[in-house]
Amino acid sequence: MTVALPATRAQRRFGFDLTKPVLYLFAAVLCVLIVLPLSWLFIYSLTDQKGAFTLVNFYRLFSESSFYDPLVTTFIISISSALICCTVAAPMAWLVARTDLPFAGLVRALVTASFVTPPFLGAIAWELLAAPNSGLLNQIFRALTGAERDEHLFNIYTVEGIIFVIACYTFPYVFVLVANALDRTPGELEDASSILGGGRWYTARRVTIPLVLPALLAGGLVAFLQAMTLFGSPAILALPAGFHTMTTKIWSLFQFPPKPELAAAASLPLLVLTVLLLRAEHMILGRRGYSVVGGKYGAPRLIPLRAWRWPAFGVCTAMLMLPVFLPYAALFNAAFSPIATTFVTFKTATWQNVHFVVFELSAMSLALKNTIILGTSAATVGTAIALVIAYVTTRQAVAGWRVLGFLATAPIAIPGIVLGVGLFLSYTREPFVLYGTLWILLIAFVTIALPSAYQQLQAAFRTIHPELEDASRILGATRLRCLWQITAPLLRTGIVATWCFIFVGVMRELSAAIILFTSQTKVVSVLIYDLNESGDLGAISVIGLGMLFITLAVVIAVNRIPGFGTVRFTT
Amino acid sequence: MARMTVNRRDVLKGGATLAATTVFASPLRAAPPPAEAITPALIEAAKKEGAVTFYTAMDLAFAERLGRVFEQKFAGINVRVERSGAERVFQRIGQEYQSNIHAVDVVNTADQSHVIYWKRQGWLAAYLPDDVVKYYDKKYYDPDGLAIVTRVLVSPFGINTNLVKMDDAPKSFADLLNPKWKGRMVKGHPAYSGTIMNATFQIARDLGWDYFEKLAKQNVLQVQSATDPPKRIALGERAVMIDGAGYLVIRGKEAGQPVDVIYPSEGTPVATSPSVLMKAAPHPNAGKLFQNWMHAREGQQLLIDYARQYSPHSQAVEKPGVRKLSDIKLMREDPEAVEKAADEVKRRYTQYFKV
Repeated sequence: MTVALPATRAQRRFGFDLTKPVLYLFAAVLCVLIVLPLSWLFIYSLTDQKGAFTLVNFYRLFSESSFYDPLVTTFIISISSALICCTVAAPMAWLVARTDLPFAGLVRALVTASFVTPPFLGAIAWELLAAPNSGLLNQIFRALTGAERDEHLFNIYTVEGIIFVIACYTFPYVFVLVANALDRTPGELEDASSILGGGRWYTARRVTIPLVLPALLAGGLVAFLQAMTLFGSPAILALPAGFHTMTTKIWSLFQFPPKPELAAAASLPLLVLTVLLLRAEHMILGRRGYSVVGGKYGAPRLIPLRAWRWPAFGVCTAMLMLPVFLPYAALFNAAFSPIATTFVTFKTATWQNVHFVVFELSAMSLALKNTIILGTSAATVGTAIALVIAYVTTRQAVAGWRVLGFLATAPIAIPGIVLGVGLFLSYTREPFVLYGTLWILLIAFVTIALPSAYQQLQAAFRTIHPELEDASRILGATRLRCLWQITAPLLRTGIVATWCFIFVGVMRELSAAIILFTSQTKVVSVLIYDLNESGDLGAISVIGLGMLFITLAVVIAVNRIPGFGTVRFTT
Repeated sequence: MARMTVNRRDVLKGGATLAATTVFASPLRAAPPPAEAITPALIEAAKKEGAVTFYTAMDLAFAERLGRVFEQKFAGINVRVERSGAERVFQRIGQEYQSNIHAVDVVNTADQSHVIYWKRQGWLAAYLPDDVVKYYDKKYYDPDGLAIVTRVLVSPFGINTNLVKMDDAPKSFADLLNPKWKGRMVKGHPAYSGTIMNATFQIARDLGWDYFEKLAKQNVLQVQSATDPPKRIALGERAVMIDGAGYLVIRGKEAGQPVDVIYPSEGTPVATSPSVLMKAAPHPNAGKLFQNWMHAREGQQLLIDYARQYSPHSQAVEKPGVRKLSDIKLMREDPEAVEKAADEVKRRYTQYFKV
């Protein structure tokens, strides 16, 4: 210490602290990213088609049942699927992270598989499985019970069906957040409780659960917002059934002739609700501190399940049948079957769909190229921005950090489709004419990914005690240097996870892309949606399986890059 | 107003041609462009451009097949197919042109009323392939060479023959209101598909909007593209297709699927499907070459043999298995009225079907 201080002080004298300019630059970028499209939305919501001020858009929103009904449906769907997500994901995360569950790594991998499955692809797969007449599960049901032709066990074209499918592909958000929190919970705190005479369940109730509560709440919130802003699944399942959710309603308002002012008004209740929810979360968590990664904690201890080991594993596997095994089996069947919902046999198997996608589908190669370019660039840019903002807000590094945090969280309240329109309105006019280029999609994907990326990294920051950074700062490092040399390495796992998260998010993203694409900038998700509208299920299945393969390959590759390895911090 | 004097028999004989009369009867403002052949110079110029972008409402499999056959014939020119419903294609082009993005060379829509709009905007290039002048009835192309009918589409019923026997099948629009079809039917959407837009307009005009009001209570599975209902009945998801691409049902039947077509007794909705070359095409020569080839014998024969659709080319040879257009009682196509009524059609449709 005494040796180090004078040396770094000398260095400091000649160095220039870039922290402030860099941070203000980020703030400016964020403002443009978020404030610009939002302003256009606000302006549009308060004007009529001629551009004059009016409140008639809001009046119609709350007086006409064609707007009111979708709003109610959306809340029912979002609340139900968020509750299901929490009930399923939290116990599963606990089993995986804190017990001696067999094949815990496999369970994690399967949750990842369901996460990398785009929800719209899952919805299409569940159409193959549970459409009332042609669905594979209903066919099996009729074959087993000898039921009549029109009888069915499942009908995916219902509100319940949509809730189920959305929960299938949203629960990984809750799982990952809770499991990560449990991974980080230091064993010492629980040990302390045990030493003081607390039983295993008492410890869980009084120590472990309160420690993961923020993650669970955040997870439930993310699940709710995901369900609320999702476009693909309701478009695929609700429209055939003859009802709208808010997102599909908004989307339908952009069909020719477009009514952006109504769409803008329709999106504002979603924005307000989200802001209220975020405030509520903040109030519940209050000012409790959750710094649990310091320099001196040990690994958490695993709870032995004894006789419950295999039953618990069985339940986890059964749960994961729903988002992973069954849908991919259905897609696999459809990929090689001449008719998508006929069980394929060796005799009927055909390469026709594969041949079509690889050799005939002329939109495929361009869409694939665009998607990969956008996926990698959005992940890199998004992680960088989220990292800086998360740092600024957790360490309160500059004045106005609250605004920065709010800006980074705000996009979560904007359905992708509305953001798409906001961006469309912003970037089809001077000075930024970006429509028709990949840039506008990049902006959309980064903006959409930002809230989750920011929350993830912020959660990661919160668990790292400032004492580690303080040490570096005391020794004379600037904030940026400290961020780069101390904090970033400590956050390595979080950063890699966030990168993968955004990359996967681009693969899953449909709602903004569907407004912003042009024929030159089509992405795979839009291509799949197009194919679904014309009922080309075989081609979708081939592309879907290919997409899973590519996504997993990228995620695995990133985790293998030297210096990016998944490291546990248990120093 | 020559079309007022045309009697119903003529209309039936000509099959869906009235539309063409209406659209293409605009007075000539300039001399029609000369008929152009595929010359070595055109091929050379097209190859230099190396690509053609084709926005189309054709079913994807056929559009891609058309593209691949063209690519084989004119090596070095890539055909990029952008397929969607005609109404979406229309929306897309409007959106792109508004932002000064001129990515499309050739468009095939399934809704004649779009041509009226594009002409008014001045977006279309004049180009007349020699085959069209020689072998197409005048009602099938614009005298100024701004649009050419590529195919004629009909929207009959379809059934899954495993789920409903031909004898029990609905034979008329009135039959569809029978409670026994509740929850067993599928149909496309007029805000997506040009075929369905025209079908909806024609049914509403001939049978009244209250027909749709009643039909909507039958718990219909609502899909988007006209190419989807044929696939849904092939899957066995629904027994009866109310509207959609009849040619896909025929293709499915010929491929051994348990499906069949029925032409409703009140008349079958019809839509002529024109193609246009855009004035601002990024590949004007490749666009011309593609537009020419698609409407010449080879492209048109592929339309009949592979796609099982109706060709306006008088030299193209019909292939048995598809009922002659002149033997089908057709509803009357009226693009000018569709152009005016499109918003109203979508609004009322949404009012009854909720989506």
